Amino acid sequence: MSEALVIIGNGMAAAKLVDELAQCALGRYAIAVIGDEPRLAYNRVLLSSVLAGEATHDEIELRPASWWRDRGVTLKYGATATSIDMAAREVLTSTGKPEPFSKLVFATGSSALRLPVPGAELAGVHTFRDRSDVDGLLELAAQNKRVVVVGGGLLGLEAAYGLVKAGASVTLIHLMDRLMERQLDAAAAALLKTLVERKGVTVLLEANTARICGDGSVQGVELTDGRRLEADAVIFAAGIRPNASLAREAGVPVNRGIVVDDRMATGTENIFALGECAEHRGTCYGLVAPAYEQAKVLAQHLAGRSAAYEGSVLATNLKVSGVSVFSAGDFMAAEGSETLLLNDIRHGIYKKLVIAEGRLTGAVLVGDTHDALWYLELIRSGADVARLRANLMFGRSLAEAA
Amino acid sequence: MTAMDPNLRATKTSCPYCGVGCGVLATPDGTGGAAIAGDPEHPANFGRLCSKGSALGETLGQSERLLHPMIRGESGAMQQVAWGTALDHAADRFRAIIRQHGPDSVAFYLSGQLLTEDYYVANKLMKGFIGSANVDTNSRLCMASSVAGHKRAFGADTVPGCYEDLDEADLLVLAGSNAAWCHPVLYQRMLANKQARGARIVVIDPRRTDTAGDDDLFLGLKPGTDTALFSGLLAYLADNGALDQDYIDAHTMGFDEALARARHIAGSVASTALATGLPETDVAAFFHLFRNTPRVVTLYSQGVNQSAQGTDKVNAILNCHLATGRIGRIGMGPFSLTGQPNAMGGREVGGLANQLAAHMGFTPPEIDRVRRFWKAPRIATHEGLKAVQMFEAIGRGQIKALWVIGTNPVVSLPDADAVRAAVGTLDLFVVSENVRSNDTVNAGAHVLLPAHAWGEKSGTVTNSERRISRQRSFLKPAGEAMPDWWILSEVARRLGFGAGFNYSSAADIFREHAALSAFENNGRRDFDIGGLAKVSDDGFDSMAPVLWPVREGTTQPQPRFFAEGAFFAKDFRARFIAVEMPELRSATSAARPLRLNTGRIRDQWHTMTRTGLSPRLGQHLPEPFVEIHPDDAVPAGVSDGGYAKLTTDYGTCILKVVISPRQQRGLLFAPIHWNDETASFARVGALVAPFVDPFSGQPENKATPVSIAPHAYAQRGFVLSRKPLDLPEQALWTRIAITGGVGYVIAHNSDVATWKEWFQPLRGDDVAEFEDTARGVFRVASFVDDRIETCLFIGPATDGVEWEAVKALFAAEAVSCDQRRLLLSGKSVDGHASAGPIVCACFGVGRTTICDAIAAGAGSAAEIGAQLKAGTNCGSCIPELKRLIAGAEAASVDDAERKLAVAQ
Repeated sequence: MSEALVIIGNGMAAAKLVDELAQCALGRYAIAVIGDEPRLAYNRVLLSSVLAGEATHDEIELRPASWWRDRGVTLKYGATATSIDMAAREVLTSTGKPEPFSKLVFATGSSALRLPVPGAELAGVHTFRDRSDVDGLLELAAQNKRVVVVGGGLLGLEAAYGLVKAGASVTLIHLMDRLMERQLDAAAAALLKTLVERKGVTVLLEANTARICGDGSVQGVELTDGRRLEADAVIFAAGIRPNASLAREAGVPVNRGIVVDDRMATGTENIFALGECAEHRGTCYGLVAPAYEQAKVLAQHLAGRSAAYEGSVLATNLKVSGVSVFSAGDFMAAEGSETLLLNDIRHGIYKKLVIAEGRLTGAVLVGDTHDALWYLELIRSGADVARLRANLMFGRSLAEAA
Repeated sequence: MTAMDPNLRATKTSCPYCGVGCGVLATPDGTGGAAIAGDPEHPANFGRLCSKGSALGETLGQSERLLHPMIRGESGAMQQVAWGTALDHAADRFRAIIRQHGPDSVAFYLSGQLLTEDYYVANKLMKGFIGSANVDTNSRLCMASSVAGHKRAFGADTVPGCYEDLDEADLLVLAGSNAAWCHPVLYQRMLANKQARGARIVVIDPRRTDTAGDDDLFLGLKPGTDTALFSGLLAYLADNGALDQDYIDAHTMGFDEALARARHIAGSVASTALATGLPETDVAAFFHLFRNTPRVVTLYSQGVNQSAQGTDKVNAILNCHLATGRIGRIGMGPFSLTGQPNAMGGREVGGLANQLAAHMGFTPPEIDRVRRFWKAPRIATHEGLKAVQMFEAIGRGQIKALWVIGTNPVVSLPDADAVRAAVGTLDLFVVSENVRSNDTVNAGAHVLLPAHAWGEKSGTVTNSERRISRQRSFLKPAGEAMPDWWILSEVARRLGFGAGFNYSSAADIFREHAALSAFENNGRRDFDIGGLAKVSDDGFDSMAPVLWPVREGTTQPQPRFFAEGAFFAKDFRARFIAVEMPELRSATSAARPLRLNTGRIRDQWHTMTRTGLSPRLGQHLPEPFVEIHPDDAVPAGVSDGGYAKLTTDYGTCILKVVISPRQQRGLLFAPIHWNDETASFARVGALVAPFVDPFSGQPENKATPVSIAPHAYAQRGFVLSRKPLDLPEQALWTRIAITGGVGYVIAHNSDVATWKEWFQPLRGDDVAEFEDTARGVFRVASFVDDRIETCLFIGPATDGVEWEAVKALFAAEAVSCDQRRLLLSGKSVDGHASAGPIVCACFGVGRTTICDAIAAGAGSAAEIGAQLKAGTNCGSCIPELKRLIAGAEAASVDDAERKLAVAQ
């Protein structure tokens, strides 16, 4: 009889893990997936497209029900895992029916942070994390509400863009002096700001939220410098927190996220974690690509093969607010490295490649990400790029032909 | 050039470049330009044009033109003034200087590109009315030695043959002439003879030029030894029964002395070989060929003329033709190829310091005759100063006022830096010009007078075969430009000589010129066009090309002279000349171990004020260069494609190095065309020694002792711009016409920051840039409405980024997003970069395209022509096509040998 494998979480990491397992150990495990959202797993990255009216909910569904069924997966969506009985090796759920496991995987993801400021609990304060959030935001936008988005990272920009497209009047406020500071250098961030503003979003930098004002529901946002923005709603998009409380309560070692080793194993035997809830070598990733790499390694491991995850080169390769953005590696160019720059502001293009000791170590691309994956490959492989350097900026076909 | 108005008619005119004098059909497009075609009815070219002539349409723009008279104001800046003001000013200053310092304190420096009528008026004003013979011309640099040689031998400056002789000869000897590049249409005519009649071609030149592409014998003699070769030939002819003793006895003088001197210089094949550095077998082959071929034409050009012994070289050649009686008969004779469209016309009016007028000199009867004809109040009674001496006299302060008309002496004269310094000291410096800016204008001109350019002016020119053709106007004059004869006449009037200069048209002047040629002539002077002295205005307008003489009352044309003697000395006899032992004027030394030869290239003309405007012509050899033999390059440490500094006792230049086995060891070659308008350090005239021939005053431009050393630049790149720009200090640059604007090829030794700062004012508000600072790479393009406005590429010299792809995008009205994405890579999205440097200027066919065709099996120039059209118009790239084919064959042989070696 197949061994019982329970995955808590019905997101992209879970779907990827199932996919990988089906490829390398089909039939070895009887898999149950427990998810609290009452629907099939969907592509969370594309939520902003739904908000922007560029995709429907159905279109962002990852896999049809039959796909799960064909892989022998029992889907328990709409069910929240409430606790884990380690002794009985069962997951207790909101449905009341315990789910026994031999092996358990946490793929619980993360939640949006709400800033600890006065007024954060007022009606009209939202986050932007799942499909129900999207539905709420669409309603706001439909009424042409004034919305303040707090947070100039990926999530905030996506929310702002989606809301503008949907009809809202949007101001995006960001604590730092540039957008997406963890992915972009100053020039790229400045270009992105210009492009986002061109799409209709008002951007305020170095804007620190002091409080959210309102009598019962949101009426405005007050900044620490005294400025006050009129608003009908506020979206918090200022960071995420790994969903690790379930694991912590079960006695699984948790730091910021659930601590895993290079096999994605937690400190508790036969318990694993991956994706945004996991903390690997001190890093909690907030992106889908590391989760996919982790899924691959974990599947190998569960199939009885040896595999190791050694961390991801941080790469972002997304459309942010309708603008292609890519960033990877040492994009800020550490001391001793050399920088190649291409700037074409009017055409919305900024590219920066960082080279250290003859190897590509980082890249930021805005507006033209045709060669992003090639750069990522070069960064990851650490190949010598001396021969390619003269034409490196102009793409793979040209550089390799030269 | 599309959508031609059918009402616009083709005007028959003639080409303004070399002395071939091709007929041109110009059809104005109604917007200031014109479509250009060869005139099928003109006897010089029968419809053919060379690359330069074909591109005339690209040189007609007004962007560089001088449009208004200008005077240097008290602030030092040039200010636009009315014609009256400018003419008054020039005349007042001339009058004052002449009054104070005498007539010899003023001078005119003219051009072989002036029309005969302009020349006539300038010459008359200076020699008949101001009273000085300080009238000289850039023709001094070109064929003065031929004039002096002709006069010594024939008693007059007579070209004895005509172009038909080139069709009818069995042996064509080209001495010091790169006709393939400098007289392409005549060269093609000679090749046609070779093909049709089997004529053989001997090329005598220290350089293996493209003229040596179709030779039967190439004689790469040591520089300056032509006299030894032709002395050896004379001795050989005497020793081998080839003399025409009857002709010598009946029509000549001085043969014995000349032969004795020839024997002394080179009395045998062996001593000729020794003196010239040629293999004995080659010398013997040439002598044998010459001896056995009665129909021989010896064509010569700057390699003979431009020498401190140029006149003797000419006479050494003439001696051989006189001794064999091979002169003035079909397919026989010496033939001077003139370099300019109207050098001959200038000679006819006497526009040279050692002539008076109309083939008359400074003998008392001739002075008196001309004085009476002109009713001249103050006729010059002795020779004036020839070009090089004239500018030396300016430097000494002896000449205080100079009027330069239609030429650029600060570029073209020897020791050109000294010339520039000299003209800067003048009390009055007047320049009549087409262009607003050139090195001469910028050397401190006080008065600028806008003159008609080709296409605007109307009058006559005479080509190398004595054929007078009309240059006709087909365009409206630019701005306030006026004919040179009008400008000169207006100054003459203001000097109080109105009665002598009351001309209302070029036809008026031509009639007077023709009348003077016939005045008291009676057949005693070769130049006589008295038959045209009464031509009506309409007759002048419709005048067909005609060979002189056109004596009044004779209807029989005279295409040739001297078959039956009748020379123009008092005794009607020709003179053999006992020439001097050949010896270059200067010696090489450890410090100056090589010699610098200078000359023209195929697709440029003189100082590029016109050809430099044509994008098509800028593609063949875009950068100023120096050619060096591989064996000289190694010790000098220079490498092909790198830059080198040339130093002589007179100046320095920095040029791109071309290593070529076609260059003789010990000799460098650099083209004369570039100047401070078109390149940073390439005014080759500044390198040239001012040694002149004692008879002709022509300078030795082809043998200056020189040293060469590598001059490294860390960075290279280019700039493309809609308008001319000033480049950073110390940058090496060459300006090249490109479609839609100007290009600069640049090299520098600074960092990216210098170029960023330089580009700053050109950025505009739409700019794309790429930089790899660590490698010194910076590329930037600014745009206006998606059209490239300015573009800069700079990077390590080793990168070798070519500009073809970027030039193609620069030429476009708009750059698409995809094109813009790759623009700064310098690579093409659609194959523009792959054509390579242009070889065929007429059809714009690049080297890579041609090499591809050769690789695909095209084994002859004709096959390449059939496939790509290259070489099928003017034909002047055919030698290069053949070299490419030969190079490909050699490469494949190398390949085969290598494979063989590997197999073994």
